Amino acid sequence: MKPRDLTDLALRNLREAILRNALTTLGVAVGVASLVAMLSLGVGLQQLAAKRLSQSGLFDTILVTPKNAFRMGRPQREPDSGKPPRVLDDDARKEMEKLPNVIEVYPQVRFFTEVRFNNKPFATVVAGMPDSARNSGSFDGMQGTFFSSTTANEAVLQIEFAKELSEKTSSLIGQELVLRYAERQSLPSSATNTDPSANPQDASGGGFSVVPKELRLKIVGIVETEPAAGYGGYGNARLLMPLLTASTLRAAQVNDLRDIVRDSNAGKTTYASLSVRAKSPSQVDALETSIKKMGFNAFSLLDASKSLRTFFTVFDSLLGIFGCLALAVATLGIVNTLVMAILERRREIGVLKALGAADSDVQQLFFLEAGVMGFFGGIFGVLFGWLLGRAVTFGTNVYLARQNLNPIELSSVPWWLVVSALVFAILVSLAAGLYPASRAAKLNPVDALRYE
Amino acid sequence: MPTADPAIRLDRVSRHYTMGETSVRAVSELSLSVANNEFLALLGSSGSGKSTLLNLIAGLDRPTSGSIYAHGQNIASLNSLDLARYRSNTIGMIFQSFNLLPRMTLEENIELPLRLAEVDRAERPARVREALERVRLTHRLGHRPTELSGGEQQRVAIARALVNRPKILLADEPTGNLDSATGEAILTLLRELQSQLGMTIVMVTHERPLAEAFADRLAIMGDGRLLSSTSLKGLPQ
Repeated sequence: MKPRDLTDLALRNLREAILRNALTTLGVAVGVASLVAMLSLGVGLQQLAAKRLSQSGLFDTILVTPKNAFRMGRPQREPDSGKPPRVLDDDARKEMEKLPNVIEVYPQVRFFTEVRFNNKPFATVVAGMPDSARNSGSFDGMQGTFFSSTTANEAVLQIEFAKELSEKTSSLIGQELVLRYAERQSLPSSATNTDPSANPQDASGGGFSVVPKELRLKIVGIVETEPAAGYGGYGNARLLMPLLTASTLRAAQVNDLRDIVRDSNAGKTTYASLSVRAKSPSQVDALETSIKKMGFNAFSLLDASKSLRTFFTVFDSLLGIFGCLALAVATLGIVNTLVMAILERRREIGVLKALGAADSDVQQLFFLEAGVMGFFGGIFGVLFGWLLGRAVTFGTNVYLARQNLNPIELSSVPWWLVVSALVFAILVSLAAGLYPASRAAKLNPVDALRYE
Repeated sequence: MPTADPAIRLDRVSRHYTMGETSVRAVSELSLSVANNEFLALLGSSGSGKSTLLNLIAGLDRPTSGSIYAHGQNIASLNSLDLARYRSNTIGMIFQSFNLLPRMTLEENIELPLRLAEVDRAERPARVREALERVRLTHRLGHRPTELSGGEQQRVAIARALVNRPKILLADEPTGNLDSATGEAILTLLRELQSQLGMTIVMVTHERPLAEAFADRLAIMGDGRLLSSTSLKGLPQ
């Protein structure tokens, strides 16, 4: 039989027992819906986690330190090369900027200090934000705005800090606070640093003096999460300001004291650490290797992202298995419906064979009926699953709104999920149709015609 | 009129069934020839094997042994697909209980063999109409079988059997469910169509008077064997 005639007959047969076939199709739809809803939640959570992590800058940033740097309070072990470790200076910074796939290289400015607001003192950690953080997504959904320029005297507050300053956080935007900090001033004998953006440590043999200073900052924004632009970055910083503004302050930093006692780099700008941002996390590995070859320590958190992906693969598989259970039950429904149809249409099968139908015609007819039920079950299932995902997201967001938290996109139905759910539904239905179809095809026409 | 070249030739055909441990010989070593354009009536008591013989000729069943030639082709040796093609192209069948599909209209019922034979879609409506014209039921085209009388249903079944222009028409008790007047009308129609279209008819029946009135030859079966074969040609109808 030609495909069109076969389809005609199959659709006609399905229409004849419309209630039963619709219920079977609904069973498939519920199965597919549960699968799609489960996986859409899995995918949505994964995307949410991935987005948060990429916003944190943890996975596209490499922290570069000299090999003699102190980390976690312990001196880094150095190989016995005999040579003195390479200094992290401007030459090294420029060299890194020239590496392929590097977006930017910037030093970290971060210091503990006091902030006065309404004449009350608040202790906090201040951090400089590179301008690139504007587009990183960390500041999506913030109250107010990002810094108006790279050198503006403006501040973005982390929400917990903002709550300390005022109960009504939104009223803070536009107000001013006073930043009190300790400025390093080189002693007269030291070399003059001409690059204010370089967060110089003025590591001269002559050392420096520390002078208390004040700076008025206008509060322009409040950010919900803690943006952490870079590994070892701003995680705990509660007051953020433009990196250039922060650099010009020459505020005394943690590593300064160490540098006083070291005199090997007299007259040169050196950095305690540099953050190197790659174009994407996939390039971090290669960059890390290049930087290590230059003679520095390089750290990234790429391994953590790998284990995260493994976790979500396992998580999605589990969700998928639960979703599949419902589909498996629906499959039994298809088998049952078609076996019933064979009993009912036994005589009809006999007539078809007497009129010249080949076994394969009968087989294809039943197969097609299973496939059509799978197809419609798949379409409705994807639709129901999507709606279910939306409902869960909606419910979650209502709850989050009550807790004064930002809404999140909990479920996600990407196109590949739609297509694969549909294909899967059809394949599973065809598999369910295999046995009934072959049974119908093997029916002896003489017996079938005798059947009343 | 029949010609010398046989349309159907059965050569020592047997069909045995096993029911539990006993073997039933439905047809046993039967040889029979049916000439081209002949109208053969197969008579016999219940269980004599006449329906089994008809199913064997129709290619719905396979013989345990022996050969069945239809227009020179041994259908006992055909594979399942070729057998389906043989049923589609060479054979037309009508049954005691008509076997029309109740869910389909007359038009769709008659179109079914054309679908199975993969006849071009554009050609089908004319073929269906022509078949319905032959049985004089054109006005019932869109009706369903249940809306028709028994005689009308059998006429539709005849139209369905003829729509693919078969060389052999097999009829399994075609008048069994009809009153005698209607039964006679159906056989008159069959005779008429045979002379118009030129085809061989093998009819299984219980009704000897009808068979004698319309058939060219009577073959009487008993116990799976051919008991007698009587030509009625030349006798007054």
